[in-house]
Parts: sequence; structure tokens; C-alpha cells
Amino acid sequence: MEIIKELPEVFEEFAEQRKNSFLAVKKLKDQGVPVVGAYCTYFPQEIAMAAGAATVGLCSTSDETIPVAEKDLPKNLCPLIKSSYGFAKTDKCPFFYFSDVVVGETTCDGKKKMYEYMAEFKDVFIMELPNTQSEEALKLWKSEILRFKEYLEEKFQVEITDEKLKEAVKLQNAYRTSLKGLYEVMKHDPAPITGYDLFKVLYGSTFKFDKGAIPGEIDALVEKIKKEYAQGKMQEKKPRILLTGCPVGGATEKVIRAVEENGGIVVAFENCTGAKSIDRLVEEEAADLYDAIARRYLQIGCSVMTPDASRLELLGRLLEEYQADGVVEMTLQACHTYNVESLSIRRFVNGKKKIPYISVETDYSQQDIGQLNTRIAAFIEML
Amino acid sequence: MNYIGIDIGSTCAKLAVLDEEGRTVLQSVQPTGWSSVDVAKSIKEKLLSAGICIEKSRCVATGYGRISVPYAEKTVTEITCHARGAVWIHEMRDGAVIDIGGQDTKIIRLEDGRVKDFLMNDKCSAGTGRFLEVMAATMGLGPDEICELARQGGDTTISSMCTVFAESEVISLIGRGEKKENIAFAVVESIVDKVVSQSSRLHVEDEEVCLTGGLCECAYLKETLSKKLRCQVKADSNGRFAGAIGAALMGMKGR
Repeated sequence: MEIIKELPEVFEEFAEQRKNSFLAVKKLKDQGVPVVGAYCTYFPQEIAMAAGAATVGLCSTSDETIPVAEKDLPKNLCPLIKSSYGFAKTDKCPFFYFSDVVVGETTCDGKKKMYEYMAEFKDVFIMELPNTQSEEALKLWKSEILRFKEYLEEKFQVEITDEKLKEAVKLQNAYRTSLKGLYEVMKHDPAPITGYDLFKVLYGSTFKFDKGAIPGEIDALVEKIKKEYAQGKMQEKKPRILLTGCPVGGATEKVIRAVEENGGIVVAFENCTGAKSIDRLVEEEAADLYDAIARRYLQIGCSVMTPDASRLELLGRLLEEYQADGVVEMTLQACHTYNVESLSIRRFVNGKKKIPYISVETDYSQQDIGQLNTRIAAFIEML
Repeated sequence: MNYIGIDIGSTCAKLAVLDEEGRTVLQSVQPTGWSSVDVAKSIKEKLLSAGICIEKSRCVATGYGRISVPYAEKTVTEITCHARGAVWIHEMRDGAVIDIGGQDTKIIRLEDGRVKDFLMNDKCSAGTGRFLEVMAATMGLGPDEICELARQGGDTTISSMCTVFAESEVISLIGRGEKKENIAFAVVESIVDKVVSQSSRLHVEDEEVCLTGGLCECAYLKETLSKKLRCQVKADSNGRFAGAIGAALMGMKGR
């Protein structure tokens, strides 16, 4: 990326990343690079990277394939699961099509049961993710990571050496560090950029295959943002919103827009696109890298864990660091774990942190935009 | 200077005009009809014929059709406006506002005269004015009539929360020869139960509560709601205009 580009141009470039990567993935395959598709933030990227594979996120974000999915799956199921299954079944997602194996985790009930059907037409490798974050759970998770390593070695006929793994760990850490440096620009008040522009870069980055190139590009972008901020280029001062809850992307970007079109600004994302997947690093100097990887991933705070102390820890930290005026939680329809957990998030945010909180439940359709706007605008008026 | 508040709801469009001292200059209500753009035009004519100059006033629009009022200086959501209107009408600072509207029901918790928290029904017309309207129409009654008839009924329930299913339940009750007042009773009971269950999510009980929206003049509905919430629900004939009055007050505040 040349530094002379205007900021909006850079943001658009990242927004286009997912589409551009459709071609990139084909090119990788032609070069003989294997592709591992994944659905979850718990997926240990480093193992696949050490096996010489490219990794790509497969969570679908559009309602286009939901009707097809509903032939096999119940209607009253989370749209992310239905959409993902629908894209897989109809072969409409090039990332899915080019994936040599798809990795699923036993996260929520809906996903794990869906994978059983997906396995009928695709190589699916299921990792047993524990429901808790205890030491016993860690043992199981580490053994699952080792089992995944052996599976990849066998499947791709490669050896995952400690050197390769360490290299992957360093690469992925550098990737996380640079993205963290980017979202941290939002600590400024007024914010330098919109939450939507930040989101486009965070989301787009997950579709870049050249992981090594990302830190350089992102760092240059951060420099540029900081330089322009120092020159007075910034957003107006607005109520600062932290967005938490289910994964945001594609159809559900409507929630970010609803905040920012109604007078607020999203300064932090406590979800799979944001801090949740970036916040922590793998200990590079650990004697046992598999143990370090297992620890790093198992610590992620998601509502599939019980109890989910890590989520509250991260949320509390972000609320303070980003001086949030309000918390908007987005849950997807029929996502039981997030919907049930919203009460404890409300208690934590209202009670402990004394910050207003609203939760909105939505799906992948665009029919509720009016309702979303009214609720979120009223919430922002209340701040 | 006058302050104009326009609340374009899904069923009715309400207008409230206040003067500098906050006295009511004009109030009116009309069906929203097909187009909120048309109803906004018709309100404009109404203002002109009453001799109120829009250019010399401050106009704030609210309600689901708030974006269709080109002459409004700003738009504010119906949550904020209803709360503000209710605070003005009932001179209350704390407690809850329950607004049963045409297409949605809002529960607003107040703290020191401001919105502290709120809840709206999603994608479902159970517990709204629409539910009552549909059931009343099925029985050949108006919304006010069904409410008053309900007072004389009892011993019947409608179990479906979905308006479409509930309507077919009402039809089968009619077919079975159930007394009209008993069916009316079941309809009102269903709405109130839904509103009470929504209110419980914001822990509304045994405190100062006021009812706004189109159904605020249905005495029996208010009584039933009071009984089930274990408090004296306040209502006022101005309650229907709470959103419009609140919008006018928002203009006054932003002066």
C-alpha cells in the first residue's frame, strides 16, 4: 500500500478484500497451497499455518442461502448457522469450495449438530472445544490441538516442526499486534475515524492470505491516521458506543450503521471481528508451544463457555480504555448462548460499570432496519 | 413563537402545538392512512388554516413516520418524546411509562424525568393496539367498544399470542356460540397479560405508572392493567398526544 493514498480509499480497499480474495484463493490452489476453512475464533490458526496451509473464515453473513438451508435445518435456528450451511450446500462460497478441509468446533449446539450434516458432503474436522476454561479443560483442548496437528500432517503429507510452528506463532502475533494498534486509535476522543471504517479493515484483514504483509500495511495506515489526527482531521465528538455480542459482518453491519447514522460512534468491538479474536497473544518463548497455543485460544471469552469470566474481563477493560458512554449488544435470533448471557452482560454493564446498555436481537434480513434505527436512536438520545 | 410536535404513528398522526408558556394552542389527531408523506402535508394545511406559521415556529417530528415531515427541523424518536410528554402531562419524575401504540408497545423507565431504560416489542403485534383492532373488527366492534364490553365478561381465554392465530381462535369462539362479552374479556386479558410480561422485564410493579397512546382512554383496560401491575395506572385524555407534546417540548428545549 502506498502511503499517498487517501484514507477513504484505503478503507474501501479493505472492504473489497473479501471479494478480491476469491481470486487469490484460486491462485493459491493453482500453486498447490492447501486451504483450511474455519468457522470460529477458537480455531488455532497457527497449526494450519505451520502445515503450510492458507486459512480462511467461512462464517456466512448473507440471507441469500437461508431458504436452501431450511430444507435441512429448522427455521428457528441462528441465521449464521443456516447461512453458512446454505453456502456450503449450494457451493456458492468459493472459500468453502476451495477448502481442502473445514474445521468445526463443538461450540454452540446449533453449529455442532449442523456440522454432522455438512460432513456428508465435505471433509469436516471437528475439534472438541470444552465448555469451561478449567485446567482439565485445557488438557482436553491441548490434546485436540495435537490431534488436529497429526490430522493435517497426514492429510497434507507434511511435517509440522517446532520451527515452523514458532514461525507461525510469530507471524500471527505480529498480525494481531498490528490490528490491535489499529483499533487502539479509537481510544482518542473525538475518534479519528468512524467505527464502520475501522470495521471494514478489521473484517477485510481476515481475508488476506499474505499474512506477512499485513503488519506493514496496517502500521502504515495507523501512522497515517495518527498524522492526520494531529493535523486536526477527526470525527465530531459523539456518544461513544462499545459493540458486543454475536459476530458482525455482511448483513449485520446494519447495526454499526444504525449507531453511526443516529448520532453515535462505535469505538470498540468486543466481538469476533474485533478485540475478542485479537486481544491476546500466544507466548512465543514458551517451552511447549502447543500448550501456549491451547492456553491462548481457550481463554477467549465467548458465551459458549460457562462461566464466561473472560468476556467480562475483556469487556470491563475495553469500557474503561475506550471511555464508552453506552454498550450495544447485538444478538442473533435463536442464538441461545448469547441471548441468555445478555442478562449477565446487562447486569455487569449497568450494575458494576454504571453504563447504559441495550440489546438488540436481529437476523440476516434487512426488514428490521426501521426498528433497529428507532431503538438505537432512542438509546443514543438517552445517553 | 410556537412549538409544533408531530407524531406520525402507524395508525394515527397526532399534532400538538404549544406556545412560549407551554400552553396548548392546538391539538388534533387523524388516521395516518396509506402515506405518511400525505398525512404530513395534510397536517401542514391544518397548521396554516389555524394561522400557525411553520417558519416562525419550531417543528419536531417523531413516530415511525418522522422522516416524512420535510418541514420539521429535527426528528426525535418516539421513546424520548413519549417519556417527555408523559412527564409533562402527569408531572412525574420517576416510574414507568407504558405506551400501547398501533404497531408497537413501549415500556419506558424514567429516572428524574429522563429515559433510563426502555423496551419495545419485536416483530410481533401481540399486546399492541393492532391486536385489539383486529380482534374488534372480527367481532364487528370498535376498539373502545370491545374494551367496555370486556367489563361484563369473564371465564374465557385466548391462548395464542400471535394475532393471526388469535383471530382464528376468536372466530372459533364465535362459532361455538361464546358470549360476545366473554370473548371481549379474553381479548383485553390477552393484551394486558402481554404488556405486563413485557413490563416485568423492566421490573415495573408497584410504582408510579402512566399509560399513553391510543388506548389510554379505555377505562377497563387501564383498570385491568392496574390490577395486574399492582399499582394505580394513571391515564389522561391527553395521553394520546404524549408523543406529539413531547416532540413540541423537545423543540422548546433545543431553543
